[in-house]
Amino acid sequence: MSGPPPIQPKPDVPAWRLLATLGIAGAAAGFLLVFVFQLTAPIIERNKAERLAAAVQEVLRAPHHYDTLYVVDETLTAALPSGANPADYQQVYRGLTEDGTPVGYAIASGEPGFQDIVRVIFGYDPGTDALLGMKVLESKETPGLGDKIEKDSAFVNQFDGVLAPLEGVKAREGTGDPHEIDMITGATISSRTVIKVINNALARLEPLLDSYTASAPAALAREAGQ
Amino acid sequence: MSARTPQQDFLRGIWRENPVLIQMLGLCPALAVTNTVANSLVMGIATFFVLTGSSFLVSLVKKLVPNEVRISTYILIIATFVTVADMTLEALVPDIHKALGAFVALIVVNCMILGRQEAFASKNPIGRSLLDAFGTGIGFMIAMLMMGTVREVLGNGTILGMKVIPGNFEPWVIFILPPGGFLTLGMWLMVIAWWTERRTSRARVREWPEGVATTKEAA
Repeated sequence: MSGPPPIQPKPDVPAWRLLATLGIAGAAAGFLLVFVFQLTAPIIERNKAERLAAAVQEVLRAPHHYDTLYVVDETLTAALPSGANPADYQQVYRGLTEDGTPVGYAIASGEPGFQDIVRVIFGYDPGTDALLGMKVLESKETPGLGDKIEKDSAFVNQFDGVLAPLEGVKAREGTGDPHEIDMITGATISSRTVIKVINNALARLEPLLDSYTASAPAALAREAGQ
Repeated sequence: MSARTPQQDFLRGIWRENPVLIQMLGLCPALAVTNTVANSLVMGIATFFVLTGSSFLVSLVKKLVPNEVRISTYILIIATFVTVADMTLEALVPDIHKALGAFVALIVVNCMILGRQEAFASKNPIGRSLLDAFGTGIGFMIAMLMMGTVREVLGNGTILGMKVIPGNFEPWVIFILPPGGFLTLGMWLMVIAWWTERRTSRARVREWPEGVATTKEAA
């Protein structure tokens, strides 16, 4: 019987070669990434700090200047324990007018959203319980849908003047309550995340803000501001 | 695919087999981030960098990588270059990096790049692979700029932020919104189809002056 010769099965590549190939490629990729990360990380950090400073200005309605407070042992303080790295503590920014009167606090916080952690900064006035503004610092929400939490000005502008704690309502179902935020149709999870970030951060920090405001009379505040 | 000379390796990707306009690959970034010329340009450069870097490496290691794990290895190489590009852009042009958002990271799954590795770089020497990647990368950049220019001019009246349409021009905002991407791509494809058709029909008349072309068309 003459037919085409049977197809020779290719000899199997031993498993260790497969593992070695992927292992070496992965290790090489890792080294390259660490190298590039080392180069770019300081520049990225500097850019972020500049963006944060601009965001603080924006959410506190352009105060004259602001100072940085740290959450240490569940109290707010302007002075860190000596030798501590400021990046290890949560920071709150207090905006002040030219004569040192506090106008409110800017708080940056994050919660998991639809894709990744959504980081938000918002301005808050403990005297009136009102928000002064909100800005998304970092988000990887779906382009065109979830990213409306930072690009849709109608949504963002609602956070100026709304009272805490916030309550998200579907668009056109609001009752006019001053705590309500109209959520974005098609971006409910992302909208809810922003609201959750603000509510959770305030639930945690509001007692601290109150005791700090009470313990720091205007004169002290003026001193700390300079 | 029958290119033999270095010129053909290089030129093929730029026009005759343009990844976006002819092969319809990599349409996702071409539609999503071409709302301004600056975004298109940066996306084009990032993709060009990832493509040439990956083609070079894939071509370099093609004999060492067993067939069974070749796709995983290519993806690993591509992903590494994409991450490098991502971090570099974030450090150098933070505003544009923010505007491009997730799409820089999504270069990993740009089928144009994996396609060039699987179809070309893994079978050809380094020099030819690099030429092929240069050509394809430039072709992609040209397509991105064709999209970005039309969209920014019509949607905003500017190029790279400079006003080019004076006077009472009311920008067609739809062109910088997502639907504008589809409209612009559709218009360019129509122009190219019209142009290709005209060229082939002329060539046919020259080859078959008796009009045999009609039977070919019927078939």
